[in-house]
Amino acid sequence: MRITDKLKDQFGRIGRESAPTQDSHTPKRPTSTVPGVRLGHDLNSKVPEGDPETAWDRRRDEYRLVSPLNTKKMTIVVVGTGLAGAGAAAALGELGYDVHAFTYHDAARRAHSVAAQGGINSARARKVDGDSLHRFVKDTIKGGDFRAREADAFRLGIESVRVIDHMDAIGAPFAREYGGTLATRSFGGVQVSRTYYTRGQTGQQLQVAGAQALQRQVTRGTVKLHTRTEMLDLIVDQGVCRGVVVRDLVSGQVWAQPAHAVILATGGYGSVYFHSTLAVNCNASASWRACRHGAYLANPSFVQFHPTALPISSHWQSKSILMSESLRNDGRIWVPKKTGDTRPAAEIGEAERDYYLERKYPAFGNLAPRDISSRAAKEQIDSGHGVGPLANSVYLDFSDALEAQGRETIAQRYGNLFEMYKRATGEDPYQVPMRIAPGAHFTMGGLWSDFNQMTSLPGLFVGGEVGWGYHGANRLGANSLLSACVDGWFTLPFALPDYLNPLLGQPLPTASDSSVREAVARVEQRTASLLAVGGKQAASKFHRRLGEIMYRGCGVERSRASLLQALAEVRELRAEFWNDLSVPGSGAHLNQALERAGRVADFLELAELMCTDALDREESCGAHFRSEYQDDGEAERNDQRWAFVSAWQVDGPPQGTPGDLVFTRHAEPLDFEAIPLATRSYK
Amino acid sequence: MKLRVEVWRQADPTDRGHFETHEVDGLEPHLSVLEMLDALNEQLIDSGREPVAFESDCREGICGACGVTVDGQVHGPEDNLPSCHQRLINLDDGASVRIEPLRSAGFPVVRDLIVDRSGLDDLIRAGGYVSINAGTAPDADSLPVGEQQAEKALDFAACIGCGACVAACPNGSAHLFTGAKLAHLSMLPMASTERQRRAHSMVRAAEELFGPCSYYGECARACPAEINLNAIAAFNHERMLAGLKRRL
Repeated sequence: MRITDKLKDQFGRIGRESAPTQDSHTPKRPTSTVPGVRLGHDLNSKVPEGDPETAWDRRRDEYRLVSPLNTKKMTIVVVGTGLAGAGAAAALGELGYDVHAFTYHDAARRAHSVAAQGGINSARARKVDGDSLHRFVKDTIKGGDFRAREADAFRLGIESVRVIDHMDAIGAPFAREYGGTLATRSFGGVQVSRTYYTRGQTGQQLQVAGAQALQRQVTRGTVKLHTRTEMLDLIVDQGVCRGVVVRDLVSGQVWAQPAHAVILATGGYGSVYFHSTLAVNCNASASWRACRHGAYLANPSFVQFHPTALPISSHWQSKSILMSESLRNDGRIWVPKKTGDTRPAAEIGEAERDYYLERKYPAFGNLAPRDISSRAAKEQIDSGHGVGPLANSVYLDFSDALEAQGRETIAQRYGNLFEMYKRATGEDPYQVPMRIAPGAHFTMGGLWSDFNQMTSLPGLFVGGEVGWGYHGANRLGANSLLSACVDGWFTLPFALPDYLNPLLGQPLPTASDSSVREAVARVEQRTASLLAVGGKQAASKFHRRLGEIMYRGCGVERSRASLLQALAEVRELRAEFWNDLSVPGSGAHLNQALERAGRVADFLELAELMCTDALDREESCGAHFRSEYQDDGEAERNDQRWAFVSAWQVDGPPQGTPGDLVFTRHAEPLDFEAIPLATRSYK
Repeated sequence: MKLRVEVWRQADPTDRGHFETHEVDGLEPHLSVLEMLDALNEQLIDSGREPVAFESDCREGICGACGVTVDGQVHGPEDNLPSCHQRLINLDDGASVRIEPLRSAGFPVVRDLIVDRSGLDDLIRAGGYVSINAGTAPDADSLPVGEQQAEKALDFAACIGCGACVAACPNGSAHLFTGAKLAHLSMLPMASTERQRRAHSMVRAAEELFGPCSYYGECARACPAEINLNAIAAFNHERMLAGLKRRL
């Protein structure tokens, strides 16, 4: 049997039977008001029929397996070694698969999961505070403003219980109560205490534990870890993903790694905004290349802006450092009532200050959810109330807390953050209020996948932030570490064997196969075209300008006008990029200018799709706030028309060649059975 | 502000390497050393010259990717801070600053300011992990850990793996890194099960791959995660325990 027939056979077996085209039973999706956008079909989520709460248990029982004697005959590529990637590679290695893990870092431990601060949620519900699996799902779905897949949130909650046990056992020293049991704290958007943590460095501890577990498999010989190696393309054979093409960043050598299945765990694309809380190497290239091969990108315009990032105050500042959300427990956010008020904070009297979060959201006050806090700050800045040299920030003031609780208490709680702030800005938060501003942070959108974590490109799976399913239009704090850990350590190792089972005995493509030769040639061609531009501007310059366009046009708040302008500017900038890019050196050695150029080239295409998606979705939900669709300043969802996931197919000429990108919007309808649709309110 | 930057250029591990001098204008005191390199690189690329290769990622002191030598100081002039948090505030307008890679025999130069720190991962592979498979761990609440014990384990687990300890040590020793890992894992119930085996193989690997410890204490002064010399004590303690257990 040919591989494609086998796969067809397999796809027919699991999940709801539904034709991949829009039939008479499915409601008509709204037509797009974006010029050039095509309408596609409705997608099959492959969620088992029936109660979403038991869907995952039932699905796990249906999965076909690969016998322990045969696992070593199956090759799996894992791209990225963050929480999801290291977890998946280690767990699959433990099961005996032949795993190849790739990272562009010099060490697996450096992936950006390491920078997460707050904690990891779990529906362990040990306390008598009313927590339960159902409440976890309710908080997640409501927090995401009903644009996530309900069954995925249940799966996340179910697996969240043993993720804590596992991460604890492999070395994450979780905070403990005096009695020795695990400690928890509460986080924004919930009323229970279900966040497990290791001080303010939970991401680091989970990441280090995961990377160690990965190294254990390297020692056992099940995982081959390729550091300083960047994935640049996929091997696609008759519509099936069968490996990756990578570039050795030190030698420049381009080579292919065939595989029976590929897992992308490459993180989010928030760094398209240039200034973000992401690391400087974070990029969208792996997911964008997948997208150019037929993997759909879901809701790309759903981006979370963190309300407590540092504002940009000089040209060369490379990022918006994240200040922990916990600061909002004691700090009060305010701006001067008078517009254009440039007096120092101390000279502005109490009566002249507007504590706008406390005024607008008395119930949650300074702890209102991230999207709402960011939007409120943007509103103040845009209306001329911003503070600081560039009038682009708001005050986070600790003077009341310092007076009430004393310097010592505050120092104990936030000492390290205050110090970091002082170093970065030269201002002492014990003396003057901190200045904060919304910064691009987490992308809820990502590669669309079905309930089995497989994308629309058969053989290509996703884990962690690169995917889309759990967070809808706004992510709750401490749910990102959870989703990455659950996908990596549990969901993917459960789901993958079912796909691999019929492929047993199937030989991998070899270097002489046309699919491999073509993929390698595409990468070489692309490198050559970046080197050939021969212009006068570094890629970083284009990236910075792209970020400005995106913050302005597709940021915390978007409108039809701002998006149309951003679309035009992005296209113009892309044309300029391919005309005036400077990449010195060659592709045959370590060349960071070349690496950066390739990533920016992808950002310049992705940005167009993000703006298109934001323009297309004529409603506001969560972090996607269209100024035309609001009810007295609050996001106004339109469930009648938009209760579905937009999954975008991208077609177009190869990068750097003339021609337009063509976007087709497919849709996965969202049903909410356990958590009925409701209006989100934090007032 | 304007700075005169003397920066190390080396094409590959076999190249002898040399310093190159550039002037970088438009800087501000609160920028980091790495942001100064960003500015220099954009200037170089715009004029068609290859940028200075250097490693960095999170730019908030937690990933451990960055690490350069600034005027002879590992990471920069301030103790216990990674390069990404070393600001230009101590430099006067027009001053010179010399940027080199981390210098240690255990960290060969890959290119310009990038060094090969994979020896640290070799140490982890020698036993710096816990042998428990996904899904098999017992309930974490059933194995109590004292509040202080968990905090102490975290103090050692805070290592960011930047390699500053090795680069700062006149011997090029990795005792601080290794000791921190041994201490961290010996304090947790599941991880301590294989404590002796781990100590035995990690100690041996550390001594084979890096230098011995002579108690200079430079490592703790440079460490951005503020791991203190208790990690060195832990190294010796774990070695001794493992030795005793083997003999019994």
